Amino acid sequence: MAIGVTNAPEKSRSSGSIINDPQVRGIFYQAITIIILAVLIYWIVDNTIENLRRANIASGYGFLNSRAGFDVGQSLIAFTSDSSYGRALVVGFVNTLLVAITGIITATIIGFLVGIGRLSHNWIIAKLSLAYVEVFRNIPPLLVIFFWYSGVLAILPQAREALALPLNIFVSNRGVAFPRPLFGEGAEYTLLALLVAVAASLLFARYARKRQEATGQRLPVLWTVLGLIVGLPLITFLAAGAPLTFDLPVAGKFNLTGGSVVGPEFLSLYLALSFYTAAFIAEIVRAGIRGVSKGQTEAAHALGIRPRLTTRLVIVPQAMRIIIPPLTSQYLNLTKNSSLAVAVGYADLVAVGGTILNQTGQSIEVVSIWLIVYLSLSLATSLFMNWYNARMALVER
Amino acid sequence: MTTHEASFVRASMVEASPAPVLESGIVFWLRKNLFATPKDTALTIISLLVLAWLVPPAIQWLFIDAAWTGGGRGVCATVEQGGSQPEGWSGACWAFVNAKFSQFLFGRYPMDERWRPALVGILFVLLLVPMLMPKVPYKGLNAVLLLVALPIVATILLPGGWFGLTYVETPLWGGLLVTLVLSFVGIAVSLPLGILLALGRRSDMPVIKMLCTVFIEIVRGIPLITVLFMASVMLPLFLPQGVTFDKFLRALIGVSLFASAYMAEVVRGGLQAIPKGQYEGADSLGLSFWQKMNLIILPQALKLVIPGIVNTFIGLFKDTSLVSIIGMFDLLGIVRLNFSDTNWASAVTPVSGLIFAGFVFWLFCFGMSRYSGFMERVLDRSQR
Repeated sequence: MAIGVTNAPEKSRSSGSIINDPQVRGIFYQAITIIILAVLIYWIVDNTIENLRRANIASGYGFLNSRAGFDVGQSLIAFTSDSSYGRALVVGFVNTLLVAITGIITATIIGFLVGIGRLSHNWIIAKLSLAYVEVFRNIPPLLVIFFWYSGVLAILPQAREALALPLNIFVSNRGVAFPRPLFGEGAEYTLLALLVAVAASLLFARYARKRQEATGQRLPVLWTVLGLIVGLPLITFLAAGAPLTFDLPVAGKFNLTGGSVVGPEFLSLYLALSFYTAAFIAEIVRAGIRGVSKGQTEAAHALGIRPRLTTRLVIVPQAMRIIIPPLTSQYLNLTKNSSLAVAVGYADLVAVGGTILNQTGQSIEVVSIWLIVYLSLSLATSLFMNWYNARMALVER
Repeated sequence: MTTHEASFVRASMVEASPAPVLESGIVFWLRKNLFATPKDTALTIISLLVLAWLVPPAIQWLFIDAAWTGGGRGVCATVEQGGSQPEGWSGACWAFVNAKFSQFLFGRYPMDERWRPALVGILFVLLLVPMLMPKVPYKGLNAVLLLVALPIVATILLPGGWFGLTYVETPLWGGLLVTLVLSFVGIAVSLPLGILLALGRRSDMPVIKMLCTVFIEIVRGIPLITVLFMASVMLPLFLPQGVTFDKFLRALIGVSLFASAYMAEVVRGGLQAIPKGQYEGADSLGLSFWQKMNLIILPQALKLVIPGIVNTFIGLFKDTSLVSIIGMFDLLGIVRLNFSDTNWASAVTPVSGLIFAGFVFWLFCFGMSRYSGFMERVLDRSQR
């Protein structure tokens, strides 16, 4: 690859021949690059068309409408083997999002706990957190997935001897079965009430902040918001006559019937991604908190701010500014690592795409769909990051 | 001569009194680090309880109850499962790891030819160890041997086919051999390629800059497994009929390109951290672009980002395990392949194999991160 002169001053006309002119050289190198690239692309496209013609594969996205003919183990939306390839990909995408979102939530909780634990004055907590980070950062995520899948979940008792946990939850080598809530008539009002409560809380918090800025008086925001968000839906729920029943899993002779079942594929992927990513998040959290200089704490104390308020008003806002950008990239890593699902047969976007690819041979189309989906996720994340950085950037004089 | 006679002047030193009991020694350490506040005390007690609940059974399982030797699944299964262990027994099956050890190292490489990868491995260690020790001289010669001579020797010895060596096709390679070859080549390719990409991304030439940026952002935006799928299903489409690539080579290309995009971003961070004066100083000395980069900018920039580079290496090393998904048998792949060996199938075999593989991966990655910390300190000292 040709890389010419960078940082060349704008008007550096060297006295010598035209060959030594940085600008002329730059144009020359770029022209060469474009020509080589164009030839390469032409060659690739030509070969591809020729290969596709020989293999009798019609290019285009028409195959998305034809019958899939395979079944998907776990799906949040209705799917049968009669559904189309397109719907199968949607199922895969939803499954990717499901494991990514649940994994992100769990990884964040574990990661923050371990990260704060590493800074603990308590020697034993600090060392335990260190051990956790050093173990999980240094082994491949795929191995962690297999560890859960064939090491732990596969040797759990069979379904008819399932371990019974409280609340009618059963654990077996077929996964975890738990009661499925069945919403009766009027349940939608509860959801509506929840939305109203959230909106009201936001308005109230805004009003309280304005009032504090204007008058210095503080309103009990936390309790009001809690009361609104818990209380309002609860009252609506009871007023509608508690329209909620549970479909309980029952241990049968050979299998569990009823309830919802989360398969071992999802569980192993979810647990592995959470534990693995948490180790990285812990390091980010630790670096973020340590990144706030000690003078900030001392200055806050000198102003007479109490320790709890110092943490909340001085340390955390500054630490979050350091934490959030790498944290988002860890979230993105987790989402990308969820493609390891293919190793244990969890039907995520890549696994479903791989099946379709094998059945139809439409490799270019399937790979392009993968690229588009994952790149849009990355792009959305980096847009969010830019917005956040702009909002959070220190405004200096 | 006058002597001090005033009574308030001491003539002799006072003996230093011992530190108060509560300010030194083990009691002080315990109070400060474990029982400082009621909350701390509670945390300590809970952690100790959890440790007491977890660690003894783990040691029991891993070492005391483990089956260390044996010729088949019998030693790792209870009587009810068709083995020789008493009812209710559970322990690690190290006999499995023991029996399969050479397979875990070399995969299905032919028995009689295993001296070849072993020789390459020994040469690798002999060249790598002095390379890693800052005080050993002849670094330049060492680097040439490690990065030029060794790959040539390995290319002759590992596949064979020359000089009367039997040809060993790459599908037979496996185990740690594949993991290490993939990582070594990946590291050796991704660092220079990453540097080129980073320079390209900071170039003034719009075409070069755009190409590098697009490449880096696309590769960083997608999972490695899709890159590997692309390398295994799309590459054959792009090539003329009849031209085929070795599967191993395709994985090698995929892994190297993937790592180089991440490397490029790390190097770019280093390039951006170098003050503008350094660039301008080099320009004013009349250095060419490559002289400026090689002599002035890159030595400083790379030194700054050693932790990031090593982290990319560690990521690459861990990522090589993904080739087991596209049907190659690296360390993880070969361990999993052996789960299905009926001679060894038992309830504890998978866990034992995975713990062994995890330990090997952990050793390499932990070693790398420790070494990077050490190098950082060495370079930091020389800076002062």
